[in-house]
Amino acid sequence: MREKIMYLLAAAGIGLVTWTLYKVWFVLPKEANVAAYQILYFHVPAAFTAFTGFFTALVLSGLYLGTGNLRYDALAAGVVEVALAFASINLITGMIWARYAWGIWWTWDARLTSMLTCWLIYAGYLILRRAIDEPTQRARLSAFLAILGCVDVGFVYKSIEWFRTQHPSPVLSIRSGGGMGPGMETPIYWNWLAMLCLGTVLVMVRMRQEEISREIDSLRRLAHAY
Amino acid sequence: MTFLRQSLAIAAKDLRSEMRTKEALNASLAFAVVIFLLFSFAFDPANLNIDVNDYAGGLLWLAFAFAGALSLNRSFARELQNDCLDALVASPAAPGVLFLGKALANFALLLAVEIVSLAVFSVMYDVRLRAQLGWIIMVILLTTWAITVIGTAFSALTVNLRMRELMLPILTYPFLIPALLAAILLTADLFAGKPISAANAIWLRVLVAFDVIFSLLAVVFIDIVLVG
Repeated sequence: MREKIMYLLAAAGIGLVTWTLYKVWFVLPKEANVAAYQILYFHVPAAFTAFTGFFTALVLSGLYLGTGNLRYDALAAGVVEVALAFASINLITGMIWARYAWGIWWTWDARLTSMLTCWLIYAGYLILRRAIDEPTQRARLSAFLAILGCVDVGFVYKSIEWFRTQHPSPVLSIRSGGGMGPGMETPIYWNWLAMLCLGTVLVMVRMRQEEISREIDSLRRLAHAY
Repeated sequence: MTFLRQSLAIAAKDLRSEMRTKEALNASLAFAVVIFLLFSFAFDPANLNIDVNDYAGGLLWLAFAFAGALSLNRSFARELQNDCLDALVASPAAPGVLFLGKALANFALLLAVEIVSLAVFSVMYDVRLRAQLGWIIMVILLTTWAITVIGTAFSALTVNLRMRELMLPILTYPFLIPALLAAILLTADLFAGKPISAANAIWLRVLVAFDVIFSLLAVVFIDIVLVG
């Protein structure tokens, strides 16, 4: 059953990405006044997916603290790993675009700095997990860090309004920008959905890997017992 | 009321034991001065084309944050000897009390380090403190509390870890960026003689919000870390 869901989600994700690519390359106008704007359709959804993941990790950490079920903790760790991958996609696509549009790979603009901060916070989360051997202690401490980290992400997300920035201001209508032409905004959301599907698949693969490694561990212990 | 009284008792205990050895105090003070010295090689403070006031805010807060991590590392680690930490957790004081007491003691220690090193700093880098002294003190108090609250929470988090000394800065500094950034921008303005106005008051609000939110979160959730 789980295999089927995984394949279904993966197919849906790949289908949606293909559809977005088709839209971006063949339907949307080529000459917009912003250079290489097409990368936006991956840059923005990747950030959305990363933030969705960080928030999901908060909920899962809360669930772990409420129930004491270690499965939630393992799930939270898997979600953070995948969200961090999407945050990296966001940073890298942003850097590629910056090189093209601004002529530099990196600038210490507020939004870039805050995304990097987010990345470092959750990288710290994963580093912390590796430094603790005892499962319940690891789960407790990382749940605490996930709660504080998510609040810090909130600070970071609000920061665009607080900082003076050279990052293009939000153009999506949900952020009361509304500067995009008709039909240009929807592919962003479809690609977000695609990335969520693919991200879920990755988390599921990660969970299976985790389960298998736990099984190997217990088998090894069993073998040692004889 | 008992909450506050117990916290103060813990803070007094920490301060007393620190005053007897002055280990962390001396080390972080010396460390701050070493950092000031090193900064003088990063750019030429005597160059007339450079306005030191533009950089001073950043230099100052980086030195304070680095010096802070030194003493914060010791905060919970010093309780590991003779299982003092277990005894403290087992005592009638709630984990929140233990955290708040430790945070208050760290706040006082870091503040002491900062006052002395600020004096040294203003002499070494010829920084004008007097014009906006009131606001400078305000920013120092708010930011020091931000460093203390995050640092103490993560000091509790990392106390039983291998690589404790390494984990604390890795976790603490990215978390502190909103607060440190606000402090650096405010301090730079204040050193330049500009008062707090509509243009930079937002940063003061960032600092206050950061302090309030993370203090509450840490006091409420610290029992996850200390007790489980």
